[in-house]
Amino acid sequence: MTDVPQNSAIEAAAPRADSTQPAETLAAALLPVVERIDWNALRDRTNGPAGEEPLWRSLDELSAAPEFFDYLHREFPRQAGEWTDPATRRSFLKLMAASLGLAGVGLSGCVRQPEEKIVPYVRQPEDAVPGKPAFYATCTTLGGYATGLLVESHLGRPTKIEGNPEHPASLGATDIFAQASILSLYDPDRSQTVMRAGRISTWSELLTLITAELPALRARHGRGLAILTETITSPTLADQLQTLIKELPEARWHQYEPLSRDNVRAGAKQAFGEYVETIYHFDRADVVLTLDAEFLTNMPGNLRYAREFMDHRRLARTTVPSGNSKIEMNRLYAVESTPGLTGAAADHRLPLRASEIEGLTRALAARLGVEVTGSIKDAPNGIPKDWFATLIADLHAHQGSSLVIAGDGQPSHVHALVHAINRQLKNVGRTVEYIPPVAAEPVDQLGSLRELIDRMQQGDVKLLVILGGNPVYTAPGELEFATAVERVDLRIHLAPYFDETSSLSHWHVPSSHELEAWGDARAFDGTATIQQPLIAPLFSSKTAHDLVAALAGHPEQTAYQIIQKYWTQRLGSNGFLKRWKRAVHDGVVAGTRADSRKPEWKFVDQIFPAESTSDLTASHGKQGLEITFGPDPTIWDGRFANSGWLQELPKPITKLTWDNAAFVSPQTAERLGISNQELVDLSLGERTLRVPVWIVPGQPNNSISLSLGYGRTHCGRIGKDVGVNASDLRPARHAWFATGVEVTPTGARYPLSVTQNHHSMEGRDLVRVATLAEFTIQPEFIDLEHRHPEQSPTLYAKYEESENAWGMVIDQTACIGCNACVVACQAENNIPIVGKEQISIGREMHWLRIDRYYRGEIDAPDTYFQPVMCVHCENAPCELVCPVAATVHSHEGLNQMVYNRCVGTRYCSNNCPYKVRRFNFLDYDAHFNYGGEQASALKLLRNPDVTVRSRGVMEKCTYCIQRISEAKIEAQKENRPVRDGEIVTACQQSCPTQAIVFGNIRDPKSGVAKLKESPLNYSLLGELNTLPRTTHLARIRNPHPSLEGPATIDTPAIKPTK
Amino acid sequence: MSHSPHEESALVASETDGSAPVIEPGHTYASVTDQISAIVLTRPTSRGWVFGFAISFSLLMAFLYATAYLFAVGVGIWGTTVPVGWAFPIVNFVWWIGIGHAGTLISAVLLLLHQEWRTSINRFAEAMTLFAVSCAGLFPLLHLGRPWLFYWLLPYPNTMDLWPNFRSPLIWDAFAVTTYFTVSILFWYMGLIPDLATLRDRAKNRLPRVIYGIMAMGWRGSAAHWQRYETAYLLLGGIATPLVVSVHSIVGMDFAASLIPGWHTTFSPPFFVAGAIFSGFAMVMTLMIPLRWAYGLQDFVTMRHLENMAKVILATGSMMAYGYAAEVFFAYYSGNQYERFMVLNRALGPYAWSYWALIACNVAVPQLLWFQSVRRNIPALFIISLIVNVGMWLERFVIVVISLHRDYLPSAWRIYAPTVWDFTHLVGSIGLFMTLLLLFTRLLPMISIFELRELVHKTRDEV
Repeated sequence: MTDVPQNSAIEAAAPRADSTQPAETLAAALLPVVERIDWNALRDRTNGPAGEEPLWRSLDELSAAPEFFDYLHREFPRQAGEWTDPATRRSFLKLMAASLGLAGVGLSGCVRQPEEKIVPYVRQPEDAVPGKPAFYATCTTLGGYATGLLVESHLGRPTKIEGNPEHPASLGATDIFAQASILSLYDPDRSQTVMRAGRISTWSELLTLITAELPALRARHGRGLAILTETITSPTLADQLQTLIKELPEARWHQYEPLSRDNVRAGAKQAFGEYVETIYHFDRADVVLTLDAEFLTNMPGNLRYAREFMDHRRLARTTVPSGNSKIEMNRLYAVESTPGLTGAAADHRLPLRASEIEGLTRALAARLGVEVTGSIKDAPNGIPKDWFATLIADLHAHQGSSLVIAGDGQPSHVHALVHAINRQLKNVGRTVEYIPPVAAEPVDQLGSLRELIDRMQQGDVKLLVILGGNPVYTAPGELEFATAVERVDLRIHLAPYFDETSSLSHWHVPSSHELEAWGDARAFDGTATIQQPLIAPLFSSKTAHDLVAALAGHPEQTAYQIIQKYWTQRLGSNGFLKRWKRAVHDGVVAGTRADSRKPEWKFVDQIFPAESTSDLTASHGKQGLEITFGPDPTIWDGRFANSGWLQELPKPITKLTWDNAAFVSPQTAERLGISNQELVDLSLGERTLRVPVWIVPGQPNNSISLSLGYGRTHCGRIGKDVGVNASDLRPARHAWFATGVEVTPTGARYPLSVTQNHHSMEGRDLVRVATLAEFTIQPEFIDLEHRHPEQSPTLYAKYEESENAWGMVIDQTACIGCNACVVACQAENNIPIVGKEQISIGREMHWLRIDRYYRGEIDAPDTYFQPVMCVHCENAPCELVCPVAATVHSHEGLNQMVYNRCVGTRYCSNNCPYKVRRFNFLDYDAHFNYGGEQASALKLLRNPDVTVRSRGVMEKCTYCIQRISEAKIEAQKENRPVRDGEIVTACQQSCPTQAIVFGNIRDPKSGVAKLKESPLNYSLLGELNTLPRTTHLARIRNPHPSLEGPATIDTPAIKPTK
Repeated sequence: MSHSPHEESALVASETDGSAPVIEPGHTYASVTDQISAIVLTRPTSRGWVFGFAISFSLLMAFLYATAYLFAVGVGIWGTTVPVGWAFPIVNFVWWIGIGHAGTLISAVLLLLHQEWRTSINRFAEAMTLFAVSCAGLFPLLHLGRPWLFYWLLPYPNTMDLWPNFRSPLIWDAFAVTTYFTVSILFWYMGLIPDLATLRDRAKNRLPRVIYGIMAMGWRGSAAHWQRYETAYLLLGGIATPLVVSVHSIVGMDFAASLIPGWHTTFSPPFFVAGAIFSGFAMVMTLMIPLRWAYGLQDFVTMRHLENMAKVILATGSMMAYGYAAEVFFAYYSGNQYERFMVLNRALGPYAWSYWALIACNVAVPQLLWFQSVRRNIPALFIISLIVNVGMWLERFVIVVISLHRDYLPSAWRIYAPTVWDFTHLVGSIGLFMTLLLLFTRLLPMISIFELRELVHKTRDEV
């Protein structure tokens, strides 16, 4: 050795780097060619400014050799993970070798596995029983509002989310976002470390920086500090922020939520002169009118609303009406600017452009006796006269038991007018309740954001702290948030992903997931929940509490301490621990529901801008089009963009996955000469966006709907560059809809993946529907022959009768099509996602799907939902044809799929008339595991009670057999039969409207057996003699008799459509 | 050799009805033996053969490549999906099985019916059967989600104490196809033994002599040999005959046992058998026409053979036409909305092109064979046989894919689109077939020498 190595790392990296010629040639021959190391450059790197010396592991890393990073990121160098690629030259050679190997050389599996030791607990924790999950109460928030959860934890590993029955916003149900939040927890794309200018840094470094800045900031009384948050309902965080502002009075707290409730708040202010929160009591409402309000899915408290609404509607538990007994059922009128679930559930749905709703509301208010300026008494143009008259009569007839709701996207005057209408109809105090605002410091958020942008542009903001949210992406494009933010000297961003805003921030702090951090939040009615962590943070993440505490000069406080301290004040220190434990355990803090209040009525109708339809049309640009922006049904405002489950979840109405699209009505598409999947340029003012078109029946004419949340550029591997960003087009003033949008067809096509291509029932009697009137006159409208055809003679012996016979009933009146069951099933049963391309060829894996059919005219059709999963036929066609008996019948009536035995002939799927079987065409488990790396985090997500299926195997709904087995074991231990309601399937548990009921049909007292007695009960495709164990209840509509004559009878239309 | 009066009279009849002879006049025992054995033993490998073999072998390698890729990645490389859980591979399987029908029919059934004209084509047709069944047999295995577990379809004693599901038609299918393949190979090999002995005796080099010698199993041509041979051959023919009907009936039942509209029909088994004979004869014709030209076998495979085959095609084609008509009638007459929709969807749906192409290929075009001028026009026969082959492939496509893509719940309806791998496997399987066939023509006598010598004996008397 001639050269003395400078340190051991060099020696390790280049053990043969001595100068002797033969060794060098040998090394050169053996090692891959590596470029000569540029030592000067390396030294420059190691001698960075004080405190910034990078940590390095080896010379290769230091020289940033791509080979090194390649090596670092691959478990097996090179070849591994290339199978899923289409045939490359490399794989060609390999496959040619393999194809020769097919001649008969078997592969040897004799690889010695590394030894691993299993060590038992020295001291077993009290509650940790392997195989027995524990449930903990916590909450999740959306738009700031909390939904209470019970989270299933297997030995410290959260695996499944359920609703907390004691929580007022959940009542035991969950929505898709809550269900999918378990996936976000384990998302390997989550941001994992503090980043400084795009490079890995540490929390303590940030603390050093903040601590250094603090004295100067305090001296300036906080001038130059701006904090931007989303809507905050957390009492603790609000308290922290208010204290901070008190200490630094010149600091500013801004709020911005892309799907803000600004209009709701402004409307309340117009009506009452103050902010109030409105909550609704659907259980007391007989006639409901929604004005573009998606109360079933998009409103705080939606799960409770859906439950109460449907409880007041369903007839499932009603027995056959006898004589003149009257059946009570509420009636829903829905006016919608974008086809949604509320419209699908409505008895009378009216598609109307968002801008025209105000005119309708004013006319309605005037007719109902509200003092409004002007004298519009007639229905505006385009609204059927009889519809309008019937609505008014119906509302009049139900004073005190009616309810009118305006949507978040409607302007504030509409909200004020709706308050006036509800007041006029004497609904206040009965179906409508006012409470003090739940969100801390309610403000006009769009105004608040604009103010922040102005201040940033003027250079008034020196330090910007963004606590959650992604304003660079979500702020309306016109506001140019991204340019303004560049003018801030120091920008700190707390977010779960390294997102668009993070990429423009100096510091990025990963925020902890709600399941791994302490916190608190309030529900729509003010009830507070302590959010307790289920698992220690997976990555080095922090919460908003930590960051605000650091800004307040208390970096030593943990979120837990801060929250407990706050609640000590609220609950009183006397006996605090007991109450705290109770609150954490229950998932609700007792006595925190907001008190009802009667705000003073201050509404004076003002001269609003012209609302008449004709005026608006004039301003609609030469094409007369308007555009409506709204939350995406599955990825909301983009915060769920990296959730594979939600990306792949078919949007309820369109069944679109993995994309957003410009929705247009069939007539408008015809007028503009555009077709499905065609790319068009949408221009609004000076901004243009290229979007694919999707034609949606029921969309108002001359109105385009585009959902937010897509077109993310920084979010992770799943959501990156999926769809287009509608925020770019969003106007700065009124962010929900805009007139004067222009459409330019490009002629180019962009494939969209939908899970359902056919929307008509083709005259088949699949979803059976009747009106309440028809049902009352003839309860047996589903004739018995069709309901459950008698079992045909068979040569085979009947199955043995057993104690339990599992069955299910799905109430199609109650089903709102919200998809919660689909995600719940996916989470419970370890169902993989397959990606857009596989969806486009029909290979989605969802065990449970919600079929959506249209009936009636194409411009305003009725929409029906039909959840379909394996119906567990007693005469199962799949069982007959499987050559290896991989699908067999259990004595309790389950159609079981034996994955181990399945060889994958797919005959069972062909022969299944319901097409509910799903096949692993590829290794989906590995196919979509984020490119093979870092997927180990996702393994923690798995439900340990459910087998993960391999490639080439069929799978389908099992009725959650793992839950059945668990209950049966419990029952056996106690030597008793399984009780009714003890087994709750995942879909059933998540359903907000309790449309799914499961149980033992042999027990006549069970809920499911009683439902099977209902005259509404029928077997889907029962005429095939499959004798399904899952049956459906016919849908009953309650249209106003004066608007709808006797229901039309579907005539069989057997002509196929191309 | 003794001849029954019956055989004599058959020959006389064939002469008197004015049709072409089954063997051109002027041949002797020696000329027949020389001409046929020379193809294998003395004639140099022709350029055409090398060229054909190169193409076929390339296609075979494409097949193997696609198969390796399939095993590595999974059946997802094909366009198969839900609801079209069976597509190209099963279409190919049924198509090949159908083609594999002609051999046994010609050998066994016509043997039992004393149709002397079969002699010139039976060896070749049997070989074709074997190779077609080999191609066919691969597809159900490749098409499995977990092909390495294919043996689970067979009833073998195992530690799991599990039997296959005997109610499933796929099990019957496994039995039927393996039985058919076994009996066909025995029948074919048995028929080869006297000719293998001829080749052994005439081979100039040691290696062929040893190989043919081993394969000839000590055949010396003694009277006892011939007596046993004739008995055994007749018996095997008897055993093979029901298989001609059973194999494709069972393939038909694969579909008939389901409840898919378009599959669930009682006439599937006979319909499938008719289709199989139809396509099998078409394939023999497709292959025989170029081969007799390339090897100068016009004397042995005469116009009489081609015309007879054309007549069989016409007859079975008419049965197919009846089948299509029956399908439409049943759908109408049943009043079942799903059946009616299925028929309309075939004729007017998104795959209507394939249905009408099928009608054109299988019903319209074979009608030309009513004309003797067409039946005696070799290029026309060749083209018609090709069209029938395409038509029969389309027929399987129509049955398998169109029925599946729209069944009961419209929400599950999908359009199926094959991928490049689907086509690779289809074309590759043709490569496998052709490779085997070309090897056969090069290594074994493609026309039964000794049976032709019998014919020479008979015809000489008449001449």
